[in-house]
Amino acid sequence: MTVSVDIHHQLGEFALEARFESAGRLTALFGPSGSGKSTLINLIAGLICPDKGRISADGNVLVDTAARIFVPMHKRRIGMVFQDARLFPHMSVAGNLRYGRWFTPASERYAKMDAVVDLLGIGHLLDRRPAKLSGGEKQRVAIGRALLASPKLLLMDEPLASLDEARKAEILPYIERLRDETKIPIVYVSHSVAEVARLASDVVVLSQGKVAASGPTEAIMQRLDLLPAEERGEGGAVLDTKVLRHDEAFGMTVLGSQAGEIRVPRLARPVGATVRLRIRARDVMIATEQPTGLSALNILAGTIAAVRPGIEPAVEIAIDCNGAIVLARITEQSKHTLRLTLGHKVFAVIKTVSFDSATTGAGLSVEADG
Amino acid sequence: MTWLLDLTPDEWNAVRLSIKVATVAMIASLPPGILLALLLARGRFWGKTLLNGLVHLPLILPPVVTGYLLLLAFGRRGPAGAFLAEHFGIVFSFRWTGAALACGVMGFPLMVRAIRLSIEAVDRRIEAAAGTLGANPLWVFATITLPLILPGLITGAILSFAKAMGEFGATITFVSNIPNETQTLPSAIYTFTQVPGGDEGALRLTLISIVISMVALIASEVLARRVGRRMDIE
Repeated sequence: MTVSVDIHHQLGEFALEARFESAGRLTALFGPSGSGKSTLINLIAGLICPDKGRISADGNVLVDTAARIFVPMHKRRIGMVFQDARLFPHMSVAGNLRYGRWFTPASERYAKMDAVVDLLGIGHLLDRRPAKLSGGEKQRVAIGRALLASPKLLLMDEPLASLDEARKAEILPYIERLRDETKIPIVYVSHSVAEVARLASDVVVLSQGKVAASGPTEAIMQRLDLLPAEERGEGGAVLDTKVLRHDEAFGMTVLGSQAGEIRVPRLARPVGATVRLRIRARDVMIATEQPTGLSALNILAGTIAAVRPGIEPAVEIAIDCNGAIVLARITEQSKHTLRLTLGHKVFAVIKTVSFDSATTGAGLSVEADG
Repeated sequence: MTWLLDLTPDEWNAVRLSIKVATVAMIASLPPGILLALLLARGRFWGKTLLNGLVHLPLILPPVVTGYLLLLAFGRRGPAGAFLAEHFGIVFSFRWTGAALACGVMGFPLMVRAIRLSIEAVDRRIEAAAGTLGANPLWVFATITLPLILPGLITGAILSFAKAMGEFGATITFVSNIPNETQTLPSAIYTFTQVPGGDEGALRLTLISIVISMVALIASEVLARRVGRRMDIE
């Protein structure tokens, strides 16, 4: 499924000018509030019509202003999960879930009630009214409702933004399962680096109504300059790792990655499970020699692949560790003192305790949730 | 209490007729009432203010004027009356149907207003959510909007019914005061007050009309509350 967008839309002073194409499992539309990402997703859903442009999904034209085509939203078969769940207050949870089925041709109904209810863990809620649900439960029901309409594409507009950390942690694993266990491509709007790094396969970065960059998550998350100012501290390398073993004596988990072994606080994941690990650039130190007498447990050898100016007084150093890029943010002074230049052999040092649930997904895993 | 129910056949007819007229007026007003309320709540068109004024006119005009206008338009010789009589066999003048029309028109502004307010209170984002699930606008209206405005619908209907039960001026002007045909409760009470010794009859019908009105109001209150509780809007 390829979603391709090329539109111009004017909203008062604000001009949205977006062109991108995405074929990822979960594409994140990422940017600060006011960057136009919600408008963009509303355009794809058909809630608004662009002033000019073309949107197609899987080759089917949804909008083409030049050809005067506008497929109304109810014919698009695009599911949408809103920030505010928007459940139907006069129907039970089961009624909400079943709503979309009526309108899906029987031959195209791939979503099964039991499977979706299981996937989202909402079996015990079926008879309740939406008013009696918690924020996290509402959002899970809203996701289920969208899924049961058997959409060809699922849009999620900041589904976690109005929830507290605990509720976010409750829902994230379900979205991961959705991404991994169903075949529906997802477009996910977010302004949170933690969510995007954890969930997205591809990222489209929006800034002031324009596409600033797009590409695979690993590559985009390293471009700290693309992140909104308040989220910049969260930026860094994203590595796909596997749980090698647990060190029960010291309460740690050893992850294997291309860059080498990385020790993190004990994760509630079984050996062999994949973990998408984010290493914040600000948590990475650089040593020019193999350090000794150091408390930090993770020392990865590599060579400097890039030196980029950061926000004063920092610079960003990309270290190529056996083909995987680890990003470090250090001061201009340190760079100077250590004479760090391209091709330099260095060691990236990361404290185990600098990893938390936001960067490892620990405790958020489905296993831990049950 | 028995003397209260000890009515003459004519008086019974007035009670029955009043209930029939009010019920028909209420039910017949509902579809156009919902349509106009929708138009006024959501439509954006030229002349909306004018339309709104027209809908409210029966509330402001003296009932006699409304009745006379109905007589001009829907009387046997009136343009609308002649057309309906000729093509559909519907006759209003000096018939109970005319009383229902007059009552419906008089209660219409109250009904439209109640429904309009409830439509304006509906969260349109919930309707949009139904749209993304595949419901076309008609289905969205039937499955989302209509259930959500049910309390307003009930209120509007009861207001229309209550207004019809009490309507006098427009009805007597349009269809006169013919026993067993157009003599509703208010007309019957009026007739009693115009004859010597009619006080007892007037009082009986007055009490009956109070009972009917109270029962209707309480029923609507209970109904609206039950619907409201069932929905328990977030």
